[in-house]
Amino acid sequence: MTIAIGAAATLMACTPDSGGTQSAGSSAATPGKGGESYSRDPYPSTYHRYPGVPTLVTNVTILDGEGGRIENGSILFRDGEIAEVGTDIAAGPGVTVIDGTGKYVTPGIIDVHSHLGDYPSPGIGALSDGNEATSPTTPEVWAEHSVWPQDPGFSRALANGGVTTLQILPGSANLMGGRSVTIKNVYARTVQGMKFPDAPYGLKMACGENPKRVYGSRGRMPSTRMGNIAVDRETWARAQEYDRKWDKYEEEGGDSPPSRDIAMDTLRGVLDGEILVHNHCYRADEMAIVMDMAKEFGYHVSAFHHAVEAYKIADLLEANDTCAAVWADWWGFKMEAYDETDANLAILEHQGACGLIHSDDANGIQRLNQEVAKARAAGLRAGIAISEEQAWTWAAINPARVLGIADKTGSLRPGKMADIVLWNGNPFSVYTRPQMVWIDGALMYDMNDPSRRPVSDFELGQPGGGSFN
Amino acid sequence: MRRLLIAAAAIAAAPLAPAAAQDVAITNAKLVIGTGDGPVEGGTVVIRGGRVIAAGQGVAVPAGMDTVDAGGKWVTPGIFAGFTRLGIVEISGVGQTNDTAAGDSPFHAAIDVTPAVNPRTSSLALNRAEGLTRAVVAPDTGSAMFAGQGAIIDLGADMDAVTVPRAFQFMEYGEAGSREAGGSRPAAYAFLRTALMEAQDYARSPRSFADRGPDAFLTRLDAAALAPVVQGKVPLMVHVERGSDILVILGLREEFPRLKLVLVGATEGWTVASQIAAAGVPVIAKPLADLPDSFESLAATQSNIGRMLAAGVTVAIGTIGSDESHQARWVKQYAGNLVGLARIPGASGLEWGQAFAAITSGPAEALGMAGQFGSLRPGRHGDVVIWDGDPLEIGTNAVAVYIDGVAQPLETRQQLLRDRYLSPPDDQLPNAYRR
Repeated sequence: MTIAIGAAATLMACTPDSGGTQSAGSSAATPGKGGESYSRDPYPSTYHRYPGVPTLVTNVTILDGEGGRIENGSILFRDGEIAEVGTDIAAGPGVTVIDGTGKYVTPGIIDVHSHLGDYPSPGIGALSDGNEATSPTTPEVWAEHSVWPQDPGFSRALANGGVTTLQILPGSANLMGGRSVTIKNVYARTVQGMKFPDAPYGLKMACGENPKRVYGSRGRMPSTRMGNIAVDRETWARAQEYDRKWDKYEEEGGDSPPSRDIAMDTLRGVLDGEILVHNHCYRADEMAIVMDMAKEFGYHVSAFHHAVEAYKIADLLEANDTCAAVWADWWGFKMEAYDETDANLAILEHQGACGLIHSDDANGIQRLNQEVAKARAAGLRAGIAISEEQAWTWAAINPARVLGIADKTGSLRPGKMADIVLWNGNPFSVYTRPQMVWIDGALMYDMNDPSRRPVSDFELGQPGGGSFN
Repeated sequence: MRRLLIAAAAIAAAPLAPAAAQDVAITNAKLVIGTGDGPVEGGTVVIRGGRVIAAGQGVAVPAGMDTVDAGGKWVTPGIFAGFTRLGIVEISGVGQTNDTAAGDSPFHAAIDVTPAVNPRTSSLALNRAEGLTRAVVAPDTGSAMFAGQGAIIDLGADMDAVTVPRAFQFMEYGEAGSREAGGSRPAAYAFLRTALMEAQDYARSPRSFADRGPDAFLTRLDAAALAPVVQGKVPLMVHVERGSDILVILGLREEFPRLKLVLVGATEGWTVASQIAAAGVPVIAKPLADLPDSFESLAATQSNIGRMLAAGVTVAIGTIGSDESHQARWVKQYAGNLVGLARIPGASGLEWGQAFAAITSGPAEALGMAGQFGSLRPGRHGDVVIWDGDPLEIGTNAVAVYIDGVAQPLETRQQLLRDRYLSPPDDQLPNAYRR
């Protein structure tokens, strides 16, 4: 009943002028006569890039995020975009030049798995907004409606981690946990002010132990892995029916639109390829089943997250064009995290599958460069030679691809967003930290300038005052 | 690589009896003693009867002793993990394998991790392969503020893991302790004082302390476990984060003057560092904690350890609040990060030697056992690691690990899984036949 009321209210508010002006085609749509008949983007991004100055960083080792490396390189950016990457770039008038001798430049780190904002610090019940653990499938919830923009964790991810973009996901209590939101790591008063412009939504799904434990312990389905898949399949079957009805209405029109179902809207978006699936899944055998389920219903898994056993099925992942987002070395906290090897990412890379690093952790997000370094080191130990520049793709272009934003960020290509980190040494060293971080060409952190470091509202006037280094 | 694996397998096949004390000398080392020093070239370590008898430059190797030429590599004391739950958990989420806490037990302070320690726990092999040789193993609280008695263990591949049983009593104060005590700090404080007073009664006259049954405030065994704590014979390790809570714990000694306190966590330690230093109380700190992840850690900063050290506090590093059961190996990375922090203007980082001491001699010193463990000073257990680089740096491998002078196998389950799946399936036989 509450869903029906909510759906009606949303439908009433949904005229072409009131919402989805950012969605392709929505401004021209006429309900019932072709095109979108409800807004696909009712909480649009209001993020804007902050002012920057034309900047040239010289004499640095550049890891471009796509596997390229330039020794003694330079990078020029202006107006929020990367202008040139090379070796001999002229500064030109009005360009600020930074001599980076002995230092490294990389694209900003992208974390595809974060709960900053929806499980913020302090971790108290009043702020615990990450799992709508009241029903096994809740594709109707949107993480952005939980994100607290004042989470102190964003500043740590920026200053210690060099993280410029991150995806905030609902938790893994549910088979379908809800929509994710991708944000720029820039504090704002509202979540809309942080939203990465035009980034596609994601759907958080989970297989394995969490959903069956959460609901099985309440004596309801699913309580087993077979129950997990059964509930998923029943839900996808309904989504297909919903999608067909709305496709027909939006193509052919009719007297009245089908009933809105906010949950099914999300699944329809997945079936239409507009929303990307991020599936929490540890075990190799379960990932294989999920990929078959995706084929059965006609969707695609963008990435498995926490894929501890991805190394066992590198060939299957590659064949399905599905990436594995993993930790460098987490294991042993539950049965499905038992068959761990630190060489997971290296084996994926070695066998031609797409792998990337992720944090799922407010502390881990501060050291993803070190996690990449650990994963690479484990490869070297196993005799798999992976260069630093190749390993950096695990933190840059691969996560950008998984989020559907690789055309905008994730590597140091002219025309892309100037999301850049200058590291005070080799970022594969434990001793190295970000020296400066630019987001869209704006200097958002400078280790030498205390005024270039944000302090969230929550920390103002507190013991420590948000001074975390 | 292959030679190493074969050697490791041969050692693993040896009978798993308590390791006999061993004699070995390691020469030509880039040597670190572990008490705050940086490396020196051309060092030698001599171990006899499982103990270090000499280490340094210009040390002579006794005639006839087995000698390992380190080839100029880094040689250090083994890593001593300052706070873990190693050996008492196989998989955290599988209750049958997790012996950290016992919420339904009538016992608390009496609980002793010793009978739970399983030297075959896979996390021991993993952490040993990463150069960890000793660890502080603490129980976790279940139904009361006192978790029980922790141990010092070695990570050797034999069935004799516990080096010092009942080495300390561990308890929770602050938010977690309040929860266990019924819901508030004053209630926790009342519980704590009452328990210690009863322990004093027990210590004065054990025979007149009747067991009052499972519903008693302290069972007889609990009182017996706390008696040496109030007598100052066994350290009381207290997990506490907030500055004001730290002062409350330090103040306990006005009433119980012989308490040997050790603070664990101490995220806000820097705010009361001078008082901790004046009290002469050591800290096993949570490193890199820089988030106000609770209202008892609002002043969290990565400079905490550096500031406490600067104020004269004895500080070691533990895996508090990380995965204490599996990832004690992370203490190396934590220590390295504190060295890196020194390069941030305005931050308080550590010198390399200080950082390395915080994961070797530091924990031993905090527990009053620096004469036994944690450094290559004469008389200490012969725990030595040869590394292929700076042990705090990512990617550095432990190439040889000695515990009490005994060379250890470095093979792990993780490595066997890796090797099984290193190449794609070959369709001749299932992967289950690869080994």
